[in-house]
Amino acid sequence: MTALSVRDLSLAALAVRDLSLAIGRTNIVDAISFDVAPGEVLALVGESGCGKSVTAQAIMRLLPAAIRQTGGEITLGATSLSNLSARAMRDLRGRQIAMIFQEPQSALDPLATVGNQIAEALRQPLARVRAEVRQMLVEVGISDPDRRIDQHPFELSGGMCQRVMIAIALIARPAVLIADEPTTALDVTIQAQILALLRRLAAERQTAVVLITHDMGVVADIADRVAVMYAGRVAETGPTAAVFATPAHPYTALLLASIPRLSDVPKSALAVIDGQVPQPADYGTGCRFAGRCPRGDRRCVAETPALGPVADGRLVACFHPVGG
Amino acid sequence: MRRISWGTALIFAGLLAFMVAAVGADVFASNDPLRQSLLLRLRPPGTATATAYFPLGTDDLGRDLLARILYGARASLMVAALSVSVSLLVGVTLGLMAGWFGGWVSIIAMRAVDTMLSIPAILLAVLTVAVLGPGFFNLVLVLGLTRWPRYTRVAYAQTLQVAALPYVRAAEMAGCGPGRILLRHVLPNIAGPLMVVATSEFGLMILFEASLSFLGLGIQPPYPSWGSIMSVGRQYVVRAWWLTAFPGACLFGVVLCVNLFGDWLRDRVDPRSQGR
Repeated sequence: MTALSVRDLSLAALAVRDLSLAIGRTNIVDAISFDVAPGEVLALVGESGCGKSVTAQAIMRLLPAAIRQTGGEITLGATSLSNLSARAMRDLRGRQIAMIFQEPQSALDPLATVGNQIAEALRQPLARVRAEVRQMLVEVGISDPDRRIDQHPFELSGGMCQRVMIAIALIARPAVLIADEPTTALDVTIQAQILALLRRLAAERQTAVVLITHDMGVVADIADRVAVMYAGRVAETGPTAAVFATPAHPYTALLLASIPRLSDVPKSALAVIDGQVPQPADYGTGCRFAGRCPRGDRRCVAETPALGPVADGRLVACFHPVGG
Repeated sequence: MRRISWGTALIFAGLLAFMVAAVGADVFASNDPLRQSLLLRLRPPGTATATAYFPLGTDDLGRDLLARILYGARASLMVAALSVSVSLLVGVTLGLMAGWFGGWVSIIAMRAVDTMLSIPAILLAVLTVAVLGPGFFNLVLVLGLTRWPRYTRVAYAQTLQVAALPYVRAAEMAGCGPGRILLRHVLPNIAGPLMVVATSEFGLMILFEASLSFLGLGIQPPYPSWGSIMSVGRQYVVRAWWLTAFPGACLFGVVLCVNLFGDWLRDRVDPRSQGR
């Protein structure tokens, strides 16, 4: 598994370059870049509203009508998605890029059987691909596949539904899988199992995974690399272990420090980051974290820090990185 | 298996009787509904001759009323079933497309619905039949092509709701085209409310067929229809009550059963009206 972050682009399964999104004139995602190699798991982590889910929708080219892409390029292997026709893009979805969602039970059609929904990803009638679908159910760890294949979603538990979603997403062997908070609706044990499953299948099938989450625990569990987003920008990116061990961006550092631990003194105050995330309309110039940052100064408010390299293949958008 | 109440069982029995009568008219009618016998005009129910028995009496041309009612049931059922199918097809197609594509598609479709709903249906039917000429085929066409707006409204509203659900978004993300999403994922999930509308329309279609035939614009003589039997019977209502009473009672009973069935269906489909 590669752990470099300044990398040869031709190796990437998916590359996002300077992607910007806006609602009307309000910029909500500002020139974000990242790439994922085959078999690698990249976590896109950030608070609600930081732009991670719209980034995923932009990659699928299924943005809500109000949101526009104002700049940047997305390439899948050697193909640039921006120039594809709607038809070609539709052919790509599900085959080259697949997606799984937060609420597995409502993301499955309540009136279609599990088998039919998996077969649909292959654009084949179930009768013709039944063996393949059954095999996929086995691979995602569903016991008694011969019975489950003809059942409806309401007969399955939440964890099983998410396994079915993964089966739907991966059966056509896509190059890229986008997982938007795949385990948020599941309890912790199931969550760990689903993450382990995703991790294993991605490695086996050399699928590049973009994992969107707000849960640092999930990131630590399965991500090779992490891109921390704040208010529509990437604050820091690098190998997960390195970012967690020595966070370079003050936001990352404070975020990690605010996770409660079992070893904390009981009833001690939780560590918090002062202030509020700015609204997209109030982003202004400069670093968007400046107002809440203990290291912020006049320069941070006036200028926008670019994403630049620090130690061991990491990139940080900060004038005063921690430990730098 | 859920328990079914006596009332519900009665509704099903009534509908079943109607279907069986319509489908098996040739079996149950002992006499030819078209055979006239002017010597046996306007005989009361229960009349028996050496060769024939008329349980419901005869009409003004001496034809067996029971046979005519049975064949009339067949006409009602066919007109209602076919016209409901035509309007379902037109209405649901428009509603699905309006709900999915939105924009000018929905503007055109929904304004057409408003226009159609503002024209009195029976008047429109009378006008169209007057232009196209009466007959079975034209009757089906007229009823089918004037009654689609209610389906469009329901299909439109339901499609808007279902289209926002995660599984439809997921199908889109999986690369399904609009045709596939609408037919495979949206339509099955909105079929319940549409069936409820179709049922109540089915009852209305039976009434419409009878009304148009009563006015002489539907099924043409000598072929029987409940409406035309009553239309003739109107002239003899004092001397021969059975000519209006029996077809009238049949019409009432069938439409009531269909409507009650519609209510029952709605309670089953819509969980909010369950468990009163």
